[in-house]
Order: sequence, then C-alpha cells, then structure tokens
Amino acid sequence: MKKYWHVIGIGIQNNLTYRVNYLARTLFSFIPLFAMLSLWRTIYAGKEQGSALGGYTQAQMIFYYLLVAVVDVLTAVNEDDWQIAADIREGNISQFLLKPIDYLWYRLCLFFSGRIAFIAMASVPLAVFIFCFRDYVVWPAGGAALPAFVISLVLTALLQFFISYTMAMLAFWMLEISTFIFILFAFEYLASGHLFPLDLLPPVIGHALFFTPFPSMLYVPVAIYMGKIAGAAIWFRLLGQLLWLLLAYALARFAWRRGIKKYAAFGG
Amino acid sequence: MSPKSEIQSPKSKDGVTRYLAIYAALWKTSVTREMSFKGNFLLWILVELLWFGLQLAFVGVIFSQTTTVGTWTVWQVVLLTGTSSFIQQIYQAFFLVNCTNLSELVRTGKMDFLLLLPVNTRFLVSTRQVDLPSFANAAFAVGVMTYAAGKLHLHPTVAQLFGFGALCVIGLLVHYSLMFMLASVSFWTVRAQGIVWGYYSLFNIARMPDEAFHGVFKAVFTFALPVLLVSNVPVRVLADKLTSPAAWLVLIGLGVIWALISEWFWRFSIRRYTSAST
Repeated sequence: MKKYWHVIGIGIQNNLTYRVNYLARTLFSFIPLFAMLSLWRTIYAGKEQGSALGGYTQAQMIFYYLLVAVVDVLTAVNEDDWQIAADIREGNISQFLLKPIDYLWYRLCLFFSGRIAFIAMASVPLAVFIFCFRDYVVWPAGGAALPAFVISLVLTALLQFFISYTMAMLAFWMLEISTFIFILFAFEYLASGHLFPLDLLPPVIGHALFFTPFPSMLYVPVAIYMGKIAGAAIWFRLLGQLLWLLLAYALARFAWRRGIKKYAAFGG
Repeated sequence: MSPKSEIQSPKSKDGVTRYLAIYAALWKTSVTREMSFKGNFLLWILVELLWFGLQLAFVGVIFSQTTTVGTWTVWQVVLLTGTSSFIQQIYQAFFLVNCTNLSELVRTGKMDFLLLLPVNTRFLVSTRQVDLPSFANAAFAVGVMTYAAGKLHLHPTVAQLFGFGALCVIGLLVHYSLMFMLASVSFWTVRAQGIVWGYYSLFNIARMPDEAFHGVFKAVFTFALPVLLVSNVPVRVLADKLTSPAAWLVLIGLGVIWALISEWFWRFSIRRYTSAST
C-alpha cells in the first residue's frame, strides 16, 4: 500500500509543474461558462418574473452550470486516457509487468494526484467566479442531499476514470485512438448533462439516457445536490452509479488481460 | 542568425506564382498523408459531425423552452450555428494544426529548418498542413445553412451573398490573426499549446447570438477580441437583421487591425528564438 502513496506524492509533484497550464485552462473555461450563463439570463429575461423552464428557475439554471463546473474540476479525467494510450503504444507498460505494482491502481493514483493538483490551481479562481454569482447559489436540497452528493461525487470520479482507462486499452489494438475518445466525449458532453440539464429533454429521451452510463458521469451528483433526484430515488441512482462503476471496472480488467496477450512491447 | 532576412516578402514579379507553387506542393503532401490513414480520415469527419449535431441539439433544446433569444428566432440561430461551424471548419482546414504546431517547432528546434528556407517563414509555419476532413464538414455546414435559409424564406441578393462571403473571409482573418498571435507566445513559454487550445474555446462564443450578451463581456468580445462579430455580422447581413452598417465596418476594421498587430507580434517574437539543442 505504501508504494501507492509514493506514486500519489510523485504524481502531485509532476502535475504541479503544469500549474500555469492548469490555471490558464481554468481561466479560459470561464469564458464559455459565462457566455452560457448570459444566454440563459437573456432567455429568462424574455419570460415572466419567476417562471421556470423544465422545472428550473433562473437561479437554479445558473447554479446548475456553476455546480457542473465544480463537479467537473473534482471528477473529470484530464489527460489520463492519452497518457495510458501512449504508455501502451510506446512500450512503457513493460516495466509494470515485471514490478510488483498493478498498472490500474498505479494509474488510479496518478488520476487522484492529477485531480489534487488541478483542484489546488482551479479552486481559487473558481471560488471567485462563483462568488460573483453568489445571488444564484442554492444550498443542498435537504439533509440527505449533502452526504449523498459526496458519495455520488466519488462514484462519478471513479466511473470517469475506469471508462477512460477502458477506452485507452484500445491502444493495444489500434495506433490512433483519439477519434474514439472524442466520439465518446461528444456523447458524454450531451448525455451527461454538461451542455444543459437533462430535465429539459423530452421525458422519453431523458429516461432512455439512464440506460447509458453517461448521466452517472456528471448529472447524478448535480441533480442530487439540487433535489432533482430526491427521496428513495437517491438510493436508486447511487445504486445505478455503483453498477456502472463495477461494470466499467470489470471491462477495464478484461480489456487489459486481453490486451496483454497481444502486447508486443515495441521499443520497451 | 538574423531574423530580419526571413521576414522580407516576395516582391519580385513571379513571387505570387512561386508561392502558389509552394502551396500546391504542401497540399500534395497533405493529401498523401491523409490518404495513408483513410479510416482515420472518415472517423474524423464523423467526430466533427457529432459535435456539430450536438450544437444543433442544443439549439433545439433551447428553443423547446423559448421562442426567441433577444430577437433571434430558431432558424436564425440555426443559420448562425451553421455559419459559425462553416468558418470554424474552414479555419481548421487551413490553419488550426499549424497554429498548434508552432510551439512544437520552437520546443524541438525544428524551427531552424524553416528559418533557413528562402520562403517567408510565417507563410510556411501557417500553411504547412492542410486538414482535409474539415472541408467535408464545411460542406455539411453549408447544407445546414441553406436549409435554415429556406426555412426563413430568405431570398438573398447577389450583393448580400457577396457581402456574406467577404465577411466570412474577414472572420477567418480575425480568428487566424488572434490565434497565431497566441501561438507566438511559444517563443516565451514554450508550452503555449494550452493557450492556443484556450482560444479554441472562444469558438463556442462565436456561435451564440450577440444579443445574449451585455455589458463589459459584450464590449470585450466585440471590440477587443471581436469573436462575437465573426459569425453574427455575416448572418445579420444574410438574414436582413442588420441594425446599422457600423457592424460590418467594425468587423472589417478590427480584422485589419488585428492582422497588423499579429504580424508585428510575430516579428517581435521570432527575435526571441534561440533554437533548441540539436
């Protein structure tokens, strides 16, 4: 176990070398976010005072996007999938086949340390940004919402990681996997609620999406916090997240095992 | 090495023909490169189509909740989304990869070889690769624009079409000048790729109706970094939504100003180039 702590420590140090990059990325991401908020404010301005769209008041709609930004900082994979694919392609994984260290846990530690470094750089500007919109900040929907939100957040992060890891395993079979990553990301961007709250979709499509892992990758924790998922439904959605997580983990292990059989250690 | 000698523009009579010949050769290598990965070529078209579909889906969702954004109606916004995507794809076809690669050229020291060639260095750096899948997606964007124009019952005059095309070219110039300038920051920080991709996020604003913005934000992205004008102004010309001729004059003026600043900044930056250990 101790060796993995070392990995985390080194990972944080490594990631902090890119701190200016992280900071720049965070600051740049505020521009489209602010644009999105302006767009919704303009739409609400054309409505009657206090009217709700898809069950969201103006304050809730604004806060939805702010919370998405927070959850994204806390849970999104950064460049883990590209790095894993590069490790496989360039033969760097050979050393892990010899050492008593599990590549999957090793990458999970690096993902974890990457998030810590990113949070360290992003939290202050993000807090300032949210402070500017403090009038719209909504508190957790109820006593159960906050702990459920935190649990859901952890499940989201793990699911994000395992899905990226599984995608990166494609590098065993293909030289160029970025198109596949982008295709998955496109679906995720829409179906995880990144672009708009899933409640705005026609109910049939909204329900159908829950048969995919995407809502579990972002929407579920946000909706729990905001009370869009409440009561017994919280347990149901958390269970759903857990099942997707176990499935993604199993798939990641399976793909690795199949991949290793084919692996030829180029240049390693 | 004195960078002065590199920046002179070809003034000789056969300069244009010579540059066209060079550009044709660059095209040829780009086509050869793309065709050696045919599957990838088709997949990239698919990826871009998905993202375009995503933007259209967003427009659909927005207008399921409201009938107008400011004065913009649904098909006007579709026309705007199409135009913005068209400009972005054409930009991607000609310049994007080249802008993001600049920091690699500086970091690895490959810039040396480009500086030694008897061709304008900025020309070479900006045009080395052509991204062919983007043309297919640009064509698709034109299809969506035509459909939206049909829904709006637009019957543009020749002058309107010409104005639209010319303003799209100016929009392209704005994007190119700004992004190339950011890419030139590589001469200072080496890892400027992040900044260049950061600018890419401004394309997200370019496809939003200008009336969604107010105050300082609008002023900055209209007059300082005119991304809000890039696709909004051409669409306003095409859809008879122009409120004053000042809009396109501002776009043209800022396009020229940014092109000049960008060229000055490039010349200023390249003096910092010290090469890498090779």
